[in-house]
Amino acid sequence: MAVLKSLARSPSAIIGAALLLLILAMAASAGWLFPNDPLSLAGRPLQAPFANPRFPLGTDSVGRNVAAQLFYGARTSLLIGLISTIVAIVIGIVVGALAGFYGRWIDTALMRVTEAFQTVPSFILLLLLVVIFGSHIGTLALTIGVVSWTAPARLTRAEFLTLRNREFVQACRGLGMPNWRIIFFEILPNALPPVIVYASVVMAFSILLESALAFLGLSDPNVASWGNLIADGRRVLRTAAYVATLPGLVILITVLSISLIGQGLNDAMNPRLRRKD
Amino acid sequence: MALSIENLSVRLPRHADREYAVRDLSLDVGDNEIVCVVGESGSGKSIMASSILRLLPEGVTPEAGRILFEGENLFGLPLDAMRGIRGARIGMIFQDPMTALNPLHRVGDQIAETFRLHTSLPPAEVRARVIDLLGQMHLPDPARAARAYPHELSGGQRQRAMIAMALALEPKLLIADEPTTALDVTTQAQILSLIRELQQRNRMGVLFITHDFGVVAEIATRIAVMRHGVLVEEGSAAKVLEAPEHPYTRELIAAVPSLKPPSKEPLQPLGQSVLSIVNVSKTYRQKGRDVAALKNVTLALRRGSTLGIVGESGSGKSTLARCIVRLLTTDSGAIEVDGANITAMTRVEWRKNVRRVQMVFQDPYASLNPRRKVGDLVAQGPLIHGAKAADVYPRVRDLFALVGLDPAAVDRYPHEFSGGQRQRIGLARALAMEPDILVADEPVSALDVSVQAQVLTLIADIQRKLGLSVVFITHDLRVAAQICDRVAIMQGGQVVEEGMAADVLVAPKHPYSQALVAAVPGRKWHAATDV
Repeated sequence: MAVLKSLARSPSAIIGAALLLLILAMAASAGWLFPNDPLSLAGRPLQAPFANPRFPLGTDSVGRNVAAQLFYGARTSLLIGLISTIVAIVIGIVVGALAGFYGRWIDTALMRVTEAFQTVPSFILLLLLVVIFGSHIGTLALTIGVVSWTAPARLTRAEFLTLRNREFVQACRGLGMPNWRIIFFEILPNALPPVIVYASVVMAFSILLESALAFLGLSDPNVASWGNLIADGRRVLRTAAYVATLPGLVILITVLSISLIGQGLNDAMNPRLRRKD
Repeated sequence: MALSIENLSVRLPRHADREYAVRDLSLDVGDNEIVCVVGESGSGKSIMASSILRLLPEGVTPEAGRILFEGENLFGLPLDAMRGIRGARIGMIFQDPMTALNPLHRVGDQIAETFRLHTSLPPAEVRARVIDLLGQMHLPDPARAARAYPHELSGGQRQRAMIAMALALEPKLLIADEPTTALDVTTQAQILSLIRELQQRNRMGVLFITHDFGVVAEIATRIAVMRHGVLVEEGSAAKVLEAPEHPYTRELIAAVPSLKPPSKEPLQPLGQSVLSIVNVSKTYRQKGRDVAALKNVTLALRRGSTLGIVGESGSGKSTLARCIVRLLTTDSGAIEVDGANITAMTRVEWRKNVRRVQMVFQDPYASLNPRRKVGDLVAQGPLIHGAKAADVYPRVRDLFALVGLDPAAVDRYPHEFSGGQRQRIGLARALAMEPDILVADEPVSALDVSVQAQVLTLIADIQRKLGLSVVFITHDLRVAAQICDRVAIMQGGQVVEEGMAADVLVAPKHPYSQALVAAVPGRKWHAATDV
């Protein structure tokens, strides 16, 4: 509760929440504002924004409604962001918690695996996985999660390393509590705040990763997404810059809003920065 | 007069638990005396000390009053002039020498820094002075100590280095903020005599902040007692120690446990052992080196009695406690609870027996999970072992009443309780398991002396009511004298002496026990008041 209150007082969190609400509203109203398939051919290609009242933000190089794609794209991006973040955080927490709690060879083994993932640039790894598993939107969300878990794992491990020797953990062991309960119900709630803050970074980054994939033409072509729109706009960048610029702008706003919320969460959860008044 | 504090008031930030850290305080420190400021935590004694050098934490501001150092008002000085005084004309030493020294610089270089900042002596002269100073601190090999990094020295040696640094430029005033609190009792005795010796030789004023009346009795010329930011009593050492006027001072002095065990009715002499520790050894392997934490320890605890295990840091007493509750495994030997060797049990067998031996921990702030309600913390143990919530929670309320807490407080979180209350919660958590043996690991060492007395009385009461057998780990011989029937003195992983508390603490036989008893601060003073 104290965290929520102090979050409501942080200007960056408020701006971030307002922007994110805007994107959420776009995602929610897409079906109602644009009942037709956003990828269907709607009219003459490359109509400029505001020129035709049917296409307030114009049409792309094959004549699809840009506004509709932006609105449906919000669904795609948020979905990808959410699922891949959950996947990354869950894997990261389990790996980090086990490594940090048990130490010894378990720690060594898990950390070697983590390092192996970290030494390969995540985007290259993502490309590889997409080539192997295909680019269906669901698969994509999972694979983006799979390449992003290393940092949350290290963070969780570091928290567990300091918490596992606290006396309250020893007290639980002294009561005969099984290890899995100590790990997930006693230590984890105390280790969670920095990981939750970091989740916002993971989410922003996975939205960017999906857009980058789409830009290379490797995202799901059957779904309206901001990255797909940018990839399409790239070809007409000099004659119709708006096709690529508009989705770019929306990506910027989304990532910015999530980062701002993360920043606000960080301030709110750090008791030393939390102002008491 | 070296220092004179006149009507000092220091304001705390808004939403602190009180308005002023220090309120209208006046105190003088003469040119050649040791003034002890005594108070419990939160009394404002440390804030008072930091305000002299204007080293107050952010948000804490002096509001009224003057601090005159050799006739100069320190509050009126510009920051540059203040820097010229810090370290040069007023020296300061702190509680923890490990955090006060920079771990990446050699000790000698850090002391030399004082000379480089405040004088223009040539480097060779500085080096010679540093080694000379370390020699004056009675460090065995001053040249080697100067070359060492802080972690290579022991706690006592580090504190000597800190004192050398503070006294490098022969200041007129030394401020010592709990300088011996983090040290073992024998080391503490050495550091106290060193401070006294240097004070007399340099003829300087010392402002000595402490919570420990024993230390005060050892070292003070004059005593000032603080409570809630207010000076409640001030006077010569003899007067305050022997004939305190203010009720709070009397209360504090009465709470200092006597080193002489109270005469108790003797236990049933043939009471059976409920716990036998037979030839237990334990070795840690650290960086390829073997460190023997326990060497062939053999002890027995009779049913319904209290066995004190006393020792300094590194003696193995905490390792032993953790072996008894099986938080650590032993290398060899047996630990028998009612004849059953717990070191040989499988994990499943141990889980069935875990309730019989329960532990109370040292740190009231770290031993309770901050994210759970205290009632849940106490209920946790029985619930894990299959008790029904409907049966457990009424018992939790009873236990809260038993340990002297409001049963309605079960729905609160640990941070809403004071240190002493948290130790009561920790005790209730252990008692919820209905143990036969309670292992208490320094349960009162983090508490103020008045709270300490209450918690000790509580443990003794509960022991009598429930017929518990208690293993009591402590570094404090006074505490051991008050609560233990038998005492075992440990040194370097071995039990050097074991016997009735009255024998071991009054007439110790082993040389180490004798040294330990002799090092208890304020021993002569309390011996005088006991009679």
